[in-house]
Amino acid sequence: MTHFSDTDIAAEAALARDGAEDTPPPPLTPGQLVRGRAAKHRGFQLGLGILVALIMTAIFAPLIAPHDPFVQSLANRMQPPVWSEGGTWEYPLGTDANGRDYLSRLIYGTRISLAVGFGAATIGMFIGVTLGVISGYFGGRVDQGVNFLLTAQLALPGLLLAMALVFIIGPSVWVVIGIVGVLHWTYYLVVTRSATMRLREIDFVAASEATGATRWQIMSHEILPNLSNQIMVIFTFELGVSILAEASLSFLGVGIQPPNPSWGLMIAEGKEVMFFRPWLVVLPGIALFLLVVGANLVGDGLRDITSPEGRN
Amino acid sequence: MTRYILQRLGIALAVAVALSFVTFMLLNFATDPAYAIAGEDAEQEVIEQIRETYGLDRPVMVRYADWASGMLTGDFGESYYWNKPVAALVADRAPVTLLLSVMGLAVTILIALPLGILAALNPNTWIDRMALGVAVSAQAVPNFWLGLIMIILFAVTFPIFPVSGDDSLAHFVLPAFVLGASSVPAVMRLTRTGMIEVMESDFIRTARAKGFRGGDLVRRHALRNAMLPVISVLAVQLGHKFSGSVITETIFAINGLGRLALESILGSDIPTVQILIFVFAMVFVLMNLLADILNAALDPRLRLG
Repeated sequence: MTHFSDTDIAAEAALARDGAEDTPPPPLTPGQLVRGRAAKHRGFQLGLGILVALIMTAIFAPLIAPHDPFVQSLANRMQPPVWSEGGTWEYPLGTDANGRDYLSRLIYGTRISLAVGFGAATIGMFIGVTLGVISGYFGGRVDQGVNFLLTAQLALPGLLLAMALVFIIGPSVWVVIGIVGVLHWTYYLVVTRSATMRLREIDFVAASEATGATRWQIMSHEILPNLSNQIMVIFTFELGVSILAEASLSFLGVGIQPPNPSWGLMIAEGKEVMFFRPWLVVLPGIALFLLVVGANLVGDGLRDITSPEGRN
Repeated sequence: MTRYILQRLGIALAVAVALSFVTFMLLNFATDPAYAIAGEDAEQEVIEQIRETYGLDRPVMVRYADWASGMLTGDFGESYYWNKPVAALVADRAPVTLLLSVMGLAVTILIALPLGILAALNPNTWIDRMALGVAVSAQAVPNFWLGLIMIILFAVTFPIFPVSGDDSLAHFVLPAFVLGASSVPAVMRLTRTGMIEVMESDFIRTARAKGFRGGDLVRRHALRNAMLPVISVLAVQLGHKFSGSVITETIFAINGLGRLALESILGSDIPTVQILIFVFAMVFVLMNLLADILNAALDPRLRLG
């Protein structure tokens, strides 16, 4: 197994050693080089911090949430958040129209967003990477066929199609994950196809062919491992895109259904009273923004850190 | 040039045929249109009668051929929900969405191009970082949420623009801003990268050596070249604006194609939904074709190579 990107990083590490002539050469392995770049990349650290914090929130939601996110209480409807007049620490971010603790609903909402994000981005990855490696490796007719699929998929109005399909099939978390995933594979395809085309021409593939490796072995053992960095970068971006897609679907009423605490759905519910209780709309939006910014910063950072040039 | 355009046209046509088939089949297999019209718990007799009235008892391929050939003659079928020809519905609503989309694109251009160019001319300064910050934020803001925040701000705090309806051009200002904002990151980043590349190229160095400076150099030499990829992306983004109109029109109560789409979905009106998905896809295909032709006309390397 040959790691193309790693050898590149190793070459750069060697260069870095040669550059410093008067001091003793610091032993830089590719891993250390990447870690060194990560240590200097503030956007990446900020994004990773946000993402890890929100993943932890999702995992430990029952321990963190002060109340049950589903329990309604007519006596405690529309309590204001603690910084407003009449707010109490009992409900730090107030309650919604059904008297449910808003902080607890926001905390449980991370589970839905992250489940849809990771699930859909994974489905899209399987479709896109498979098509990309196959069309890049075989080229010719296969490539033309895949290219046609790509052109057709890009033309389809994704949100509208997802709305129609979720509504017809019946809205549930699994249906939303499946449909959002099936509609978001084009970015993976475009990147892995051109990368595979480049890798195919490099000597280690020819060497592998000469030793009698089958096409399947070459694609899965030689080419795929060298695409992992790029796939990782796209995955983080698609994570954000899928999370926003779920929020939009739920907001429009054709995604996650009540009483589940999806952030998009919470914004739709808060919309009815947004002039008098604006925090019901503002808070879930900030949560969505933080999560997606976190994912995108990690994506930008990963691209800078893992590409051989280090930046741009 | 003619060969290039004909080739592009051929692909666009093939995509159109494929998409018409896919949209028709997807929505027909996912649901039984007769149940959609009659409601889930209708009696079997009623269902049978509806099947007969709407011709749903025929094989699906026959119905597709009927649907597709009808479309060629401008007959888009009959809406179950609105009790109107779908063609009339679309013709009625399309101008509103077109206006909104074009205004949205104008917003994108007004924000993204200056930001991208400024960032490229001052790389790694605070201007560059601010532009990047705008791009990263705009990418992460949920579009529907931005719309609601605008409504809260402009309805109560700064009542300058109306926040609901489509009676005057002023009604389109806020929706166009929200719709336009979603394309800012992509267009801004592309402008910046293109501009940086061009500014580092040999012909700019030559122009500098000949004494061109400042705005003249940027306008007459750099911008023209950096804009080539941006133009094609803008055309594609206009296509995206049409499908983006679903959210914007719903929030701002604008009676365009996007709102029609949501209402038709919630009303299980499959014929209208099918046509709308197809129409939106065709807008995108046409815009892509236009972008290809524009690029070939502007860049001789493309049509000759």
